Amino acid sequence: MPTSASEPYDLAVIGAGPAGLSGAVTASESGLSVALLDTSGQVGGQFYRHPAPALGAVRPEALHHDWSAFTELCRRQRASDIAHLAGHHVWAVTREGGGVWAVHAVTGADGDGERPVCVRARAVLLATGAYERQLPFPAWTLPGVVGAGGAQAMLKSGLALPGRRVVVAGSGPLLLAVASSLAAAGARVPAVVEASGYLRYARHPRVLAANPHKLAEAATHGAALLRHGVRVRTRSAVIQVHGTERVEAVTVARLDPSWRPVQGSGRRIECDALAVGHGLVPQIELATTVGCATRRTADGTTALALDDLQETSVSGLWAAGETGGVGGAQLAQIEGELAGTAITARLLGRPRLARSGRVDELCHHRDRMRVFADVMAAAHAAGPGWAHWLTDDTDVCRCEEVTAGRVREAIDDLGARDARTVKLLTRAGMGWCQGRMCGAAVACLAAGGGAVPPPDERRPLAVPVPLGVLGALGSPQGAAVAAEGAEAVVVAEGLRAAEATERGAVPDAADPAGKADG
Amino acid sequence: MARTPAELVGAQPEPPFEITLDGRPVAALTGQSVAAALWAAGILAWRTTRVGGRPRGAFCGIGQCYDCLATVNGEPNRRACLVPARPGDAITTQEGHGRADLSV
Repeated sequence: MPTSASEPYDLAVIGAGPAGLSGAVTASESGLSVALLDTSGQVGGQFYRHPAPALGAVRPEALHHDWSAFTELCRRQRASDIAHLAGHHVWAVTREGGGVWAVHAVTGADGDGERPVCVRARAVLLATGAYERQLPFPAWTLPGVVGAGGAQAMLKSGLALPGRRVVVAGSGPLLLAVASSLAAAGARVPAVVEASGYLRYARHPRVLAANPHKLAEAATHGAALLRHGVRVRTRSAVIQVHGTERVEAVTVARLDPSWRPVQGSGRRIECDALAVGHGLVPQIELATTVGCATRRTADGTTALALDDLQETSVSGLWAAGETGGVGGAQLAQIEGELAGTAITARLLGRPRLARSGRVDELCHHRDRMRVFADVMAAAHAAGPGWAHWLTDDTDVCRCEEVTAGRVREAIDDLGARDARTVKLLTRAGMGWCQGRMCGAAVACLAAGGGAVPPPDERRPLAVPVPLGVLGALGSPQGAAVAAEGAEAVVVAEGLRAAEATERGAVPDAADPAGKADG
Repeated sequence: MARTPAELVGAQPEPPFEITLDGRPVAALTGQSVAAALWAAGILAWRTTRVGGRPRGAFCGIGQCYDCLATVNGEPNRRACLVPARPGDAITTQEGHGRADLSV
């Protein structure tokens, strides 16, 4: 650990999920000083999210796959001198002089309290994971419609369910895990509704054979669903939610191969909640803002482009786990170890470390699992016909309440061809979530269908930051970030000052509490 | 077979305490977020939107979507899925941006 506040850490790891934890313990055990920053109060990230100690869960593993891998990482973390900085919401990574990075964070459970922090380090490992991709459908803003990952997260940490009878829908392997967790925790799951078919996996028998752990995981969930009598409907989607104040039922329709609903195939299923999601999106704002190169994944998301040893295109910034493409917890842990080893080799000037047999082995496992991840992404890539389940009054942007009708008007009548133009014309993607919930849908609609293209925007501030924090930065670099980031601050706090912020102006009004909302 | 999440993981929590939503008492457990406590009480909405006045609650569950914003002890725009419930917390349904007091 640095001996004084001004001395940088060797490594700052952002994100304490499987990738970040693995990278942190690997680097720390090799002699580096490591700071591990995470938004949550506990390590584990989203995959290993678990109840707080006060809830006294004696069997947390009942809600997890491969729990022992996590407890082993925790054991190594406890035995190390890693500085675990919990409740740290990183909003920017900036380059300082002398090969040092500055990691800027706001602190507190939701980043709303306490003091801002700047952690300096000679290398940064981005292990910020992913968030769920959503595609809108009529009445998806009704209370009781929740993210599939969201239902899983609230169950894993808060031991709470959104309802007693929960339909699980969307696309991707997460749906099976969510449905089996919900059923195990006492919810009725009348149906799992998967827009793709699982047969697409069968086109790649050699990839499947090389990844038996994935088949075993799928079999575990499949067996759990059978045990609970849960029916899986493939090539189908929820195209309408019913209810006035909360979910009362959903309509499920069959889809053609392009994901267009088959007319007359709608069936009503009674339920009091719907858990929905269409795969995961790598969370890479911190990296793209610094200029890291990206790549397009098989399901149309944008991931970081990484070299053989997990380094981004920007020297000194490494990434592991979902940031390099969604592939699951085991892959994340392998990549974390690889990155931790590569960083140690670089910082300690021991290049042979990065050419060891262990590194060869890790690379081999990683490459094999990455191929599977690509097969998985391709199998669940959204078909262009999904837009046919939108009605003109369907909210596309949840924050700004922008309907599909207004998005189409911007495209058809006003000539918008990309998500940014749609945003400027309609405010879609300009709200609190910074386009995380509607970005994929808006980009796809603007591009006129086809596979969902990635939003190409940079968000200079990854999370909302009070103006007071930016004002207090004081340094020339801080001022530059503040000016560049004015739009994001204002947007994230919901101030209606679009014209001023689009010009990059810094709003001069802050309320007495020092916050930038109005 | 487990009937509740708590039964599934063999939870032995500390005794529940009380928070309120718009004055109505809600039981919460130490270690639960505000949103988890409200869900456990069958409550799914604690905000109305700025434009349409429509009800909203937790959606993404991991602090990304900002749909679960609530006014907690008088402070608006707190993410209920991240803020831990504490004894005596007064949650109020957030109307719009939650800053009606600053309107001119």
